[in-house]
Amino acid sequence: MQYETVIGLETHAQFHTRSKMFCGCKTDFGAPPNTQTCPVCQGLPGTLPVVNRTAVELGLRAALALRCHIAPVTQFDRKNYFYPDLPKNYQVSQNYHNLGVDGRLEIEVDGQTRKVGIWNVHLEEDAGKLEHPEDTGANYTAIDLNRAGTPLLEIVSAPDMRSADEANAYMNELAAILRHLGISDCKMQEGSLRFEAGISVRAVGGEEFGNRVEVKNLNSMSAVVKAIEHERHRQVAVLESGGTVPSQTMLWDVQREVTEPMRSKEEAKDYRYFPEPDLVPIEISPEWLDQVREQMSELPAVRRKRFIAELDLPPYDAGVIVEQKPIADYFEQTVEQGVEPKTAANWMMGEVMRVLNERQCEIDDLPVSPPMLAELIGLVTDDRISNSVGKTVFSEMCSSGKKAGEIVEEKGLAQISDSGELEAVVKQVLADHPDAVADLESGKQQAKGFLIGQIMRATRGKANPKLAGELIDRLTGD
Amino acid sequence: MPELIELSAGDLHRKLMAGDVTARQIVERYLDRIEQIDGRVGAFNTVTAEAALDKAADIDDRLDKGEAVGPLAGVPIALKDNLCTRGVPTTCSSRILEHFVPPYDATVVERLQRADAVLIGKTNLDEFAMGSTTEASAFATTANPWDLSRVPGGSSGGSAAAVAAGLAPLALGSDTGGSIRQPAAFCGVTGLKPTYGRVSRYGLIAYASSLDQIGTFSRDPRDAALLLEVIAGHDPRDSTSAQEPVPDYSAELEKDVAGVKVGLPREYLAEGIAPDVEAAVRAAADTCRGLGAEVIDISLPHTEYAVATYYIIGTAEASSNLARFDGIHYGRRAAGKMDVDELYSRSRSEGLGDEVKRRIMLGTFALSAGYYDAYYLKALKVRRLIKKDFDDALAGVDCILAPVAPTVAYKQGEMIDDPLALYLADIYTSATNLAGLPAIAFNAGTGEGGLPVGVQLMGRPFEESGLLRLAHAFREATDHHLARPNLTED
Ligand SMILES: [Zn+2]
Repeated sequence: MQYETVIGLETHAQFHTRSKMFCGCKTDFGAPPNTQTCPVCQGLPGTLPVVNRTAVELGLRAALALRCHIAPVTQFDRKNYFYPDLPKNYQVSQNYHNLGVDGRLEIEVDGQTRKVGIWNVHLEEDAGKLEHPEDTGANYTAIDLNRAGTPLLEIVSAPDMRSADEANAYMNELAAILRHLGISDCKMQEGSLRFEAGISVRAVGGEEFGNRVEVKNLNSMSAVVKAIEHERHRQVAVLESGGTVPSQTMLWDVQREVTEPMRSKEEAKDYRYFPEPDLVPIEISPEWLDQVREQMSELPAVRRKRFIAELDLPPYDAGVIVEQKPIADYFEQTVEQGVEPKTAANWMMGEVMRVLNERQCEIDDLPVSPPMLAELIGLVTDDRISNSVGKTVFSEMCSSGKKAGEIVEEKGLAQISDSGELEAVVKQVLADHPDAVADLESGKQQAKGFLIGQIMRATRGKANPKLAGELIDRLTGD
Repeated sequence: MPELIELSAGDLHRKLMAGDVTARQIVERYLDRIEQIDGRVGAFNTVTAEAALDKAADIDDRLDKGEAVGPLAGVPIALKDNLCTRGVPTTCSSRILEHFVPPYDATVVERLQRADAVLIGKTNLDEFAMGSTTEASAFATTANPWDLSRVPGGSSGGSAAAVAAGLAPLALGSDTGGSIRQPAAFCGVTGLKPTYGRVSRYGLIAYASSLDQIGTFSRDPRDAALLLEVIAGHDPRDSTSAQEPVPDYSAELEKDVAGVKVGLPREYLAEGIAPDVEAAVRAAADTCRGLGAEVIDISLPHTEYAVATYYIIGTAEASSNLARFDGIHYGRRAAGKMDVDELYSRSRSEGLGDEVKRRIMLGTFALSAGYYDAYYLKALKVRRLIKKDFDDALAGVDCILAPVAPTVAYKQGEMIDDPLALYLADIYTSATNLAGLPAIAFNAGTGEGGLPVGVQLMGRPFEESGLLRLAHAFREATDHHLARPNLTED
């Protein structure tokens, strides 16, 4: 029998706000434990929450970008459960009056566009973190409340995805939107983007959904993809052997790359949601929504289409560049300096991303501005320096912050495009390699490549390769 | 100087400003009286003698230098022990918070400090403000100053008893279903529950967030006005606090009450009310007529549902509000090594009293899957109907005159085994909280056993001025306020 996988995703994104959801504490990553807390986020008795308006606005941006219906009044609810990382033993979340409902997200897989329904978009507060030093022999658990109260955006999709590829496309598109709209930095390694997947399988063409397995602890997109593959195989195997897949909650084991059932006690939860009486309902006026709309930048899908249609970029290039807003912005600013778009895209996807990767930094951290990159690219396209020297110069620019022209001049890297100057070098190389000359004259074209290589070596890369080729042709009497 | 004990808060402050007395003399006199009398009354959980004397010295110092002082300078005040005070234990009269010392002040405490009131101690209450006798305190039973074998009411019994016994001219309490007004009535003092949102709840350890409101205890409405002026007003830390401007309540007090329309709800004078209480309400209505007010028969048809609605909503919110007392982050923790679920269970079993557990269980049940619609949602609907009863009634009258409790103060232990009977006695007070309205309770005579009988006036949202004015006029026209409990100093 042929099976299809049915996938729905819950995405938690940490907001890119300076302060927490209901108090003024900072949200910087990596601060010493419990240094970014106050009586409110410590859940001390008598304290009350106050809504962070910026978080609501960022949430509205997401809801608008995901084409949600936005009700005129939104409200918070309490989700009640006991856990030591949750100091109030309830989480302020939304359940009855979500910020946005009934939206959709378009994804593209193998050139096909699909719509994934968005059930709702809502706001909530994050919990703290537990550290278990007993792994190292200690007999206690430590609680760090720095993260407690950090604003979270939860996006709940409909079970509209049918493969790990589609889920992957959905996650990437969602992350691109969140980054583009300045909602979240989506840094997986800092836990600012986390997922839960609802996975079931059924016979292709079936009407009814199979029993749903909820997989938690998915802290990267690759974990989601692996968990979907794993669950698909596991569930199909159960069905093939005549069994039924129980509806249950599983945890993803990152090390072993398998799903494990949660303790049934943790699973059987009644959260007893009820309206948070410490907060008044928030009215979302049409004027406020208009303001939020005005502050929203172009969505990634729109930008990609524009890059393809107006700048003639191949779809693949547009996809890579638009994935991260700062890269896309940088690219556009470079193009505005007069650089041919495809050439600029090659530089972005090649040298620029290589350096960012190597240095593990953001593009805004580089001392090279778009006009500086444009100048460098200009030197290469004008044949003032070779492509390979260009790469060396770029690395140098990233280290020193100097302009390309300065570096080329200081280090004497300008390409030798003077045929008189280069002719002497070519003659010497030809004299030194009679065998290669003979090969060339007998028609072996690869010998020419070897000779150009030797010329580049002799000039430390400064020879204009085109001119060198012409000189070889002329001097070997071809 | 026994006369200091007899003075109102306003008069104490005026005497201080006139140089007739120092803040130190006032505070020492009150501390001395607490020392002499509170062993019998048991109003205080903590007496902050040292801090009070420091504050008095600071006020005297500033007066000596000719510097400005606040509107409550030199006036001692007692706070219900569910209001957070930085550096001073705040226990809610619960074992689980027995050693809890907040690192911050409630907004009302900050405002009192700025007004230069002198905090002299924290008063006893029914644990987490759940109860109406103060017998549900985990620490001690507070006695009614009029009859030490009787309860002072609750849950703000300590604050009411402190003012009645002359241990403080002013006190703060909290009222969720009558917890200011009922003890004020039992102890023969003035208790004001302001409109929901009139006073910031920041720093009030919550029982039921949508019903709780901080309010005042004083000997008369004039002092209530003075105190309300200091504590009322919007607080950015409490989203449910109102943006409404704060009137000059003291000035409003003097205006004429002739022509005021007073509603008398027939459902409040039906079956279940004791004859002495009913007589006091009817006599109060006559006094109002004598003052030129018009007394009108009105109906509040959903009155009979108020208690059930209040206990569903109140306990539902409480079940969530009190979840944080788990022995993990602060407060009492069960001893020994165990897993976290057992730690929760043991810490809460040991740290919380029976009445608190009873209400947490009721509320948890009301919010549970399968029961939420039938209990919690339905209660919210009835709450809207009760609110509408008041809106309709208050469209025709300016305020509503009603009993506070069906009887005078109970004997200690009399109600301890009958929680349901105690719940039902909230019949006249809990609807006000469900509707979020202001109400003032005050002494309107003497009932069975020579005990005080209180009545209350309820009004439109943010119209505390009108209630204070009529209560003040009533006081001027009667001499119930002259009666004092018989408590001799050693
Ligand atoms: Zn905080």
